[in-house]
Amino acid sequence: MTESLLSVRNLRVEFPTRRGTLVAVDDLSFDIAPGEVLGVVGESGAGKSLTGMAIIGLLEPPGRIAAGEIRLEGERIDNLSPEAMRRIRGKRIGAIFQDPLTSLNPLFTIGEQLVETILVHLDLNEAQARDRAVELLAEVGIPAPEIRIDNYPHHFSGGMRQRVVIALALCARPRLIVADEPTTALDVSIQAQIIELLRKLARENGAAVMLITHDMGVIAETADRVAVMYAGRLAEIGPVKDVIHAPQHPYTSGLMRSIPKLGEGRETLAQIDGAMPRLNAIPPGCAFNPRCLKRFDRCMHDRPSPMPAGATEAACWLYAR
Amino acid sequence: MPAETLLELVDVGREFDVSRPWLNRVLEGEPRRSLQAVDGVSFSIRRGETLALVGESGCGKSTVARLIVGLYTLSRGRILFDGADLADPGSAPLRRRMQMIFQDPYASLNPRWRVRDIVAEPIVAHGLAPDAKALAARVAELLTQVGLAPEDGERFPHEFSGGQRQRVSIARALSSNPEFLVCDEPTSALDVSVQAQILNLMKDLQQRLGLTYLFISHNLAVVAHVATRVGVMYLGRLVEVADAKTLFERPRHPYTRMLIDAIPDLEMSGKSRTPVAGEVPSPLTPPPGCAFNPRCPHANERCRTERPVPLELPGGRIAACHAVQEGRIGDL
Repeated sequence: MTESLLSVRNLRVEFPTRRGTLVAVDDLSFDIAPGEVLGVVGESGAGKSLTGMAIIGLLEPPGRIAAGEIRLEGERIDNLSPEAMRRIRGKRIGAIFQDPLTSLNPLFTIGEQLVETILVHLDLNEAQARDRAVELLAEVGIPAPEIRIDNYPHHFSGGMRQRVVIALALCARPRLIVADEPTTALDVSIQAQIIELLRKLARENGAAVMLITHDMGVIAETADRVAVMYAGRLAEIGPVKDVIHAPQHPYTSGLMRSIPKLGEGRETLAQIDGAMPRLNAIPPGCAFNPRCLKRFDRCMHDRPSPMPAGATEAACWLYAR
Repeated sequence: MPAETLLELVDVGREFDVSRPWLNRVLEGEPRRSLQAVDGVSFSIRRGETLALVGESGCGKSTVARLIVGLYTLSRGRILFDGADLADPGSAPLRRRMQMIFQDPYASLNPRWRVRDIVAEPIVAHGLAPDAKALAARVAELLTQVGLAPEDGERFPHEFSGGQRQRVSIARALSSNPEFLVCDEPTSALDVSVQAQILNLMKDLQQRLGLTYLFISHNLAVVAHVATRVGVMYLGRLVEVADAKTLFERPRHPYTRMLIDAIPDLEMSGKSRTPVAGEVPSPLTPPPGCAFNPRCPHANERCRTERPVPLELPGGRIAACHAVQEGRIGDL
């Protein structure tokens, strides 16, 4: 594998509460190479968004990184001061969030917001910054950017606003883009346009993209590799086509079979009985063991780490040799 | 018997008044403005089938659901249930035979009520249980039916996960012995593995209790899985109706084709998709002629001026499209 751009090692995110400490992300490790799109999937509460927040340094207190390290181009960023982290955010890491309306300030034109961001991060004068802003808007596919730049966010539709948010995240040509559910609030026809755009940006700029979503279809179309999370832990990670077509972890294969697909028979869907455990009730051993049909003794008390399984890596004792 | 029509919508329309406040209108000389959320929609649902309505946000599919159960009044048109007009004064008893399941299982259950009271409410309201003992037995039966335990009735909604809450909503909907359920995005707020549980439960209940469903969803893969027939809506109008298999295998209306094309492909067959140009226009100012014409690759002069009417095509499907009706777009 090429030199990784983002490297996460043994990350642990905790929330101290009155009734004990909740571990929301537990011993998570992965890498993303330049130009690569890593999809992170999981059900609500699996810890995928918190992982993204930890990387961009925006964990809401009392949440905190309790262990592990995060490296961006070899440099540790998990222990930086908020001030130092703020300089990295925007310049070297761009963030795109789910709701394009709340990510923009309704009182300023999108041009003002773009120019402000560009001036903070790049060594340009105001006129140059405005030219750059028009260029960015054109790049993300907004028609007539030299006119639209003076519009307010409410003049844009949902899909167009998400394009503006992406342009904002791209201002300083960041090396890493963290996109948390970027298409979830959008209709399916617009979603396809945004997916296409993200893929193009990763390819052309050599940026690493961490794409967090619950939608396997979006991952299949966009990502190169995919990490599947369950109860704060990594269940499986591998090339996207292997994880989708030959999942090794029992959770991943259950998840894949429970997704309705076009053009298949009309029999009942495969279902995983039960639900993901709450953070205060994660069972000992493998977190998936109460729902797993293939569990055996060792799963009940020993916690598995990701290990080679087929073409992927799965945290499952079935693959222990 | 199976082909019998249970529900029929005839040229149903609903307008919403979106005018600015009276003072602004007087001072700025603005006229009243109205939004045509549902515009001339006609379809029928046969007993025992699942008709799904699909479309993007703002296409009016949820408004249709609310019109049917009476949460909105009609601006025009008629809705017939089992042959009787739901607007007739004597139609109240018909309402007991239909129920609704909502999208958000967090907002649609009263957090201060125990689950047994939530499920019992329709039974009490319609006077369907002779005494308290029969009521308790019926609630226990309903909870078991949807895969919960009778003891769960003692708990409050917040003690349940999203999927379990949706089971409670289904139990409540079934409590008055309805024949017809309107399901408005029943699984959109759920995770996929839980969605599969709920979809399987709904299918199972349909077979056991002979239910008829109107299923509203924006997720085409879910619709393909549950529906017998599918109606596609765009900007308040019904553009195509066909049985599910035909619609997904051989869509006729250009909008339906576009929608199906836009679904992210899990199979990664590398199909080249035609990127969809443009977005849904504002429903306040729908384009003249066919509402889809600004985005349609087949639009011509007639499409830009004359509004297409839904016509039946061979094979029992219906499409509102000049290009299809003139034979400019062939079958796939």
